[in-house]
Amino acid sequence: MGLLMSELTALTLKAALEGLKAKRFSAVEITRAHIAAVEAARPLNAFVLETPDKALDMAAASDARIARGEARPLDGAPLGIKDLFCTEGVRSTAGSKILGNFIPPYESTVTANLFGDGAVMLGKLNMDEFAMGSSNETSAFGNVINPWKSASGGNRALTPGGSSGGSAAAVAADLCLGATATDTGGSIRQPAAFTGTVGIKPTYGLCSRWGIVAFASSLDQAGPIAKTVEDAAILLTSMAGHDPKDSTSLDVEISDFAPFVGKSVKGLRVGVPKEYRVDGMPAEIEKLWQDGIDWLKDAGAEIVEVSLPHTKYALPAYYIVAPAEASSNLARYDGMRFGHRGEGRSLTEVYENSRAEGFGDEVKRRILIGTYVLSAGYYDAYYLKAQKVRRRIADDFDQAWQTCDVLLTPTAPSAAFALGERNADPIAMYLNDVFTVTTNLAGLPSISVPAGLDAGGLPLGLQVIGKALDEGTVFSVAGALEKAAAFRGKAEKWW
Amino acid sequence: MAIDAATVRKVARLARIAEPEARLESLASELNGILAWIEQLNEVDTNGVEPMTSAVAMAAPLREDVVTDGGDAAKVLANAPKSVDGFFVVPKVVE
Repeated sequence: MGLLMSELTALTLKAALEGLKAKRFSAVEITRAHIAAVEAARPLNAFVLETPDKALDMAAASDARIARGEARPLDGAPLGIKDLFCTEGVRSTAGSKILGNFIPPYESTVTANLFGDGAVMLGKLNMDEFAMGSSNETSAFGNVINPWKSASGGNRALTPGGSSGGSAAAVAADLCLGATATDTGGSIRQPAAFTGTVGIKPTYGLCSRWGIVAFASSLDQAGPIAKTVEDAAILLTSMAGHDPKDSTSLDVEISDFAPFVGKSVKGLRVGVPKEYRVDGMPAEIEKLWQDGIDWLKDAGAEIVEVSLPHTKYALPAYYIVAPAEASSNLARYDGMRFGHRGEGRSLTEVYENSRAEGFGDEVKRRILIGTYVLSAGYYDAYYLKAQKVRRRIADDFDQAWQTCDVLLTPTAPSAAFALGERNADPIAMYLNDVFTVTTNLAGLPSISVPAGLDAGGLPLGLQVIGKALDEGTVFSVAGALEKAAAFRGKAEKWW
Repeated sequence: MAIDAATVRKVARLARIAEPEARLESLASELNGILAWIEQLNEVDTNGVEPMTSAVAMAAPLREDVVTDGGDAAKVLANAPKSVDGFFVVPKVVE
């Protein structure tokens, strides 16, 4: 074996799978290299639980299959798993104290798909509590630190974004070849943009939600965070698929997404929605967006201006729908059957204290908002109204598809910001998701691709939005952007 | 529709979250800030618009009405804060 540990962790998933297949290194070797990288990167706080023994067992099983000539698509690929995914026999917390030492007796469908394909689990990744946050600062396990530092921001610790901040930081820092993540309002794409990684939220229903701790069930979708567009396509191919255990799982044939990466975008109509030019957007992001338009034009795509008139109402609608669904979903945490149980003189007091002690401030805030908007007398004014606005937003996209095949937008309105900088005002934090939340409401696939650096040397992302179940075209356009942007940025190792 | 401390107390009670009296005023102001921002939805004309309840239009799938799961009492109880003889133990409900 001629490769150094740092060479093994620097590989893309695609290159690693080829190396494993060609027996240039073993699954145990590449897994050991990643275990060492994870241990050395503890200052990033990306993992809430490391599972090196399990990883080595899984890697050994992969090596045995490879030796027998029975290799599976992901055999020997070390991955990180967001702690929102229940993993059998391995503590799963959703970033919350209320789940305590919950050890699921079952495996989520998405992780079962990945492990069934031979992937190796390195451990569980940090995240905002119950996936509620855009900076990873609501986690009960502390902040994740972005591996990137701004050249103009001194040595300040930056957010990796959220809620899948651990997933994004771990991939950006070469701690794993890829990671699972989830996206309810932008939680895959915004962290990907903040860390120079690729993240895709597929069409609602493509990945089973079974075994993923629920936040807002009509919006939650799982997807990968990866080093390249092709890696994301490989991972999504494994994660996706119909599951009778999730009644909203789509019964569709999943094709291999990887061949779509590299396909020509010639003749494709790319819509540019004018409403995404928001006030106060940094000039660098405007410029990057224009670069993206030019790149796709050069690749033979046709650019069309489109209008999504209800864009500005997506976030306020989301902040009714998501908390309402969360208040209902999180009612199960009552301290009786699993998780943290507080003290109290009556059953009600035990419930109230268990939840007061177990939930963090942002989760409580959202449960209270959700409970309020669903309470008697307010349901029509808030919840029903938001559902109607949601329809308007989905209709905007349907209208846009009359004249274009995909949409191109920035992923986030800024680069990564400093930890602690935006905690004071919840709405300022919510605005991080202004460009991403629309596709959760409409259920559409959307990907973030790293496309450039800001003046401080921090990564910025572009987002491609596609029609429902048109992930193939989304991957083709993302691949064209990735190629034209030639983004080679990597965080300089300081940990 | 401004929220006051009494409304927060009521909502927190409905949500089964103990909130100390001292927190109610500041929570009311936080929630009012968010609700005031949400009020802009009233600018949208939604007359005759069908509410969207699901991200993907599909009929609820049906399956055979047969037992597919069960017999896992030990697994069900494995994470219980308190259990005895195959039962969850909870605080006394009836005096």
